Amino acid sequence: MEAKQVLYCDVCTFPPEYCEFGLSFNRCKEWLQANHSDLFNKLYSEEALANATSTLSIEKEAAITQDLAKKQQKEEARIERELAKKLSSKVTIKRIERNKRKHIISISGLEVFDIELKKLSKQLSSKFATGCSITKTADKKEEILVQGDLSEEAKEFIEKLLQEKGLDEVKVEQIDDKKIKKKVEQIEEKKTKKK
Amino acid sequence: MFKKFTKEDIHSRSNIKSSAQRGLKSNFVGQFEDLEPIIDTIIPKKSQVILIKCEDRIQLYSIDNEVVLFQHFDSNLMPHLRLVHQYPECFPRVQVDRGAIKFVLSGANIMCPGLTSAGGQLPEENLDEGSIVTVYAEGKEHALAIGKLIMSVDDIKSKNKGHGIELVHFLGDGLWNMRE
Repeated sequence: MEAKQVLYCDVCTFPPEYCEFGLSFNRCKEWLQANHSDLFNKLYSEEALANATSTLSIEKEAAITQDLAKKQQKEEARIERELAKKLSSKVTIKRIERNKRKHIISISGLEVFDIELKKLSKQLSSKFATGCSITKTADKKEEILVQGDLSEEAKEFIEKLLQEKGLDEVKVEQIDDKKIKKKVEQIEEKKTKKK
Repeated sequence: MFKKFTKEDIHSRSNIKSSAQRGLKSNFVGQFEDLEPIIDTIIPKKSQVILIKCEDRIQLYSIDNEVVLFQHFDSNLMPHLRLVHQYPECFPRVQVDRGAIKFVLSGANIMCPGLTSAGGQLPEENLDEGSIVTVYAEGKEHALAIGKLIMSVDDIKSKNKGHGIELVHFLGDGLWNMRE
């Protein structure tokens, strides 16, 4: 007995005939039309649609389709919202001074992009040959701490990573934690001296 | 069972012994006798089965990073839906009408009227309660769920009321969406 080859929809992972019950029907349809037009014609030609009406009463059928359409709309709105959120958020790389000459950098704001922090930290530590850990910040978000002054390299690395995901427009921001503080302190010191 | 199933529910993974693997195969064939000629293609002799233990005493058996079988406590072994899609003839099948698809795909247990109505189908011969069935839908080619009979097939036909099948695994649930 041979194993049957079953095609699965790339968008919702169901066999295409069940796409209509998924939450991303429209996108599934587009995908199927682009990639497997023969199957698309088989499933969604007018003839097939006419045959698909079932033994159910018409009202029930209508109620089901209405319900599904509503859910699908909601899902689409959700996806759009999420994309907008992704594009508007940014990654911050902060350089923190530990000793006079030693720094660590903290990378935060990555959790929005479906990046697995644990894997990324492993990657970073092997790439830069340093220690790298994940810690929770005060506002319950997670950040990656990398040992060593690597903010330039880390920035490049993360920009590349985001580009692979198709999110080029996301900003990666670099902050130098200590310097700003120092400047402020210096200014304040000057002020006090003047007085 | 897998409606809310995520990576956090996985506790441990381990390779199983080859003797245990043999036992697993004979167990599975014992349950679904039609599988006998193809069991060696599903679980090749030289392959390494990985046992993934999860929350709630669920055990998954995976080969080459694909879950093939699963088991709850020490109950019956059940096939993953992808396996059912590959070898649909080997498992007992029932069919639900079109109105039920929506509910099945959100994980509801299957009610008897959905199986006995014009769109539904039940096997001719009797199946006892507790046996594993694959669930198909009216007008569709592939299986959409795997369930366990709560009532025997004869009871479903005669009583025609209440829950008939307890849904175990369906398209789009946590196990289906799990990628390693």
